[in-house]
Amino acid sequence: MEITTLRVLATVVSFLVFVGIAVWAWRNRDSSGFKEAESLPFIED
Amino acid sequence: MQLEHAQPTTYNDKVVRQFSIMAVVWGVFGMLMGVIIAAQLVWPELNLGLPWTSFGRLRPLHTNAVIFAFGGCALFATSLYVVQRTCQTRLFCGKLASFMFWGWQAVIVAAAISLPLGYTQGKEYAELEWPIDILIAIVWISYAVVFFGTIAQRKVKHIYVANWFYGAFIIAVALLHIVNSAAIPAGYMKSYSAYAGVQDAMVQWWYGHNAVGFFLTAGFLGMMYYFVPKQAERPVYSYSLSIVHFWALIFTYMWAGPHHLHYTALPDWTQSLGMVFSLILLAPSWGGMINGIMTLSGAWHKLRTDPILRFLIVSLSFYGMSTFEGPMMAIKTVNALSHYTDWTVGHVHSGALGWVGLISMGSLYYMIPRLFGQKQMYSVKAIELHFWLATIGIVLYIAALWISGVMEGLMWRAMNADGTLAYTFVESVKAKFPYYFTRLLGGSLYLSGMLVMLWNTYKTATNGKPVVVNIPPVTAHA
Repeated sequence: MEITTLRVLATVVSFLVFVGIAVWAWRNRDSSGFKEAESLPFIED
Repeated sequence: MQLEHAQPTTYNDKVVRQFSIMAVVWGVFGMLMGVIIAAQLVWPELNLGLPWTSFGRLRPLHTNAVIFAFGGCALFATSLYVVQRTCQTRLFCGKLASFMFWGWQAVIVAAAISLPLGYTQGKEYAELEWPIDILIAIVWISYAVVFFGTIAQRKVKHIYVANWFYGAFIIAVALLHIVNSAAIPAGYMKSYSAYAGVQDAMVQWWYGHNAVGFFLTAGFLGMMYYFVPKQAERPVYSYSLSIVHFWALIFTYMWAGPHHLHYTALPDWTQSLGMVFSLILLAPSWGGMINGIMTLSGAWHKLRTDPILRFLIVSLSFYGMSTFEGPMMAIKTVNALSHYTDWTVGHVHSGALGWVGLISMGSLYYMIPRLFGQKQMYSVKAIELHFWLATIGIVLYIAALWISGVMEGLMWRAMNADGTLAYTFVESVKAKFPYYFTRLLGGSLYLSGMLVMLWNTYKTATNGKPVVVNIPPVTAHA
């Protein structure tokens, strides 16, 4: 494969991964996992 | 006494205490260097005619001291405090943590000696010569082992978002430092870069801008995600946003470096790429800022009475301001005016004094009393005073350099009808005198605030005593 094609692929794949992360994070916004994680600074109180 | 193989029941706060105290001490030192060189720009005779006290040698001492000594110690202190508390476990490998502290102090002392003596690699924010670079790399890798080792032995399921930011900061800085410092030694304190020409310049600003992105941003965002919720006593506004914020920063920051090399020998397409990514960066920066500020939603009244919270929130406002200004300055046509002028220096200081400085001070004001068994700092009034000295200082500083920068940019490009330059360079220097004086005033106010903090820290530490904090018994976390 030509190096430029590889670079284009890497860029496109990175972008899709980022979009995937954003969609995943948004859809899980009410999940118990996020609730648990966001309360971590307060478990000592 | 700790029995071998027994579960540790207390946090290791000794190294946190050491780094916290030294952050304040080096803050005073680094900012004093800044005030001295600001005074030299107003009255050049203040360089005393000596090579060791000349602007060219003291300026890198100032930048290294405030970024790596003050900022570095604040980052080490807060990250080691936060990672233990959010992982409910004692620091991994206490001996290595002690080595980290003493190793880092040795780096700072080596910098404070070698830079005035004129030893430099000539790379901005990476001036230190190769033997010191090697020590930095060893200390940094120890830091990574301590930090990630602690995360690996956590007693809770999730890795809190602050630790993601601290972790990215540790990994990225290791990568940047090792790649950019690659050099061929030509003596015990002399070396030549492993790269040449425009590649060298690009590697340097890939390093330089990501030092801003990961040292001066990601690490301090780690502070934001822990200390803002703690001080506001409510969880972060949106955990989903914090995840998107994190990954957006990671995916974009690495590409913004070329904006430091607009209109140079760097290929045009690379400059444009750097410009576009710098513009994109506005989105994650503001997403993060909004997440921090909105954490206060429903508790805004606390800002009226709590000076620590004010430090934290005003720092986020400055973060928003400078991350708006930065992308704008990365636009090539704007950069044609701003580059090489005082505008750039003003921009950096709105981020450094406003964002990095204030969030560190707020976080230290939160931690220091707790590290010495006190409920709050010795004097809350003094925190208030510090806040106003710092804020007025920043506003004077950046306003002066905006005017001075735009003015000199316009003077440099002004032309007469016949195409000759309207002003000589020295005329632009002369015109800046009142603004340089105002900048010195602003910087002095900022330094005086830091001296108030030093006094307050001393009183808090001597009134209390180092305490050992128990790890709360692990609750049933699924």
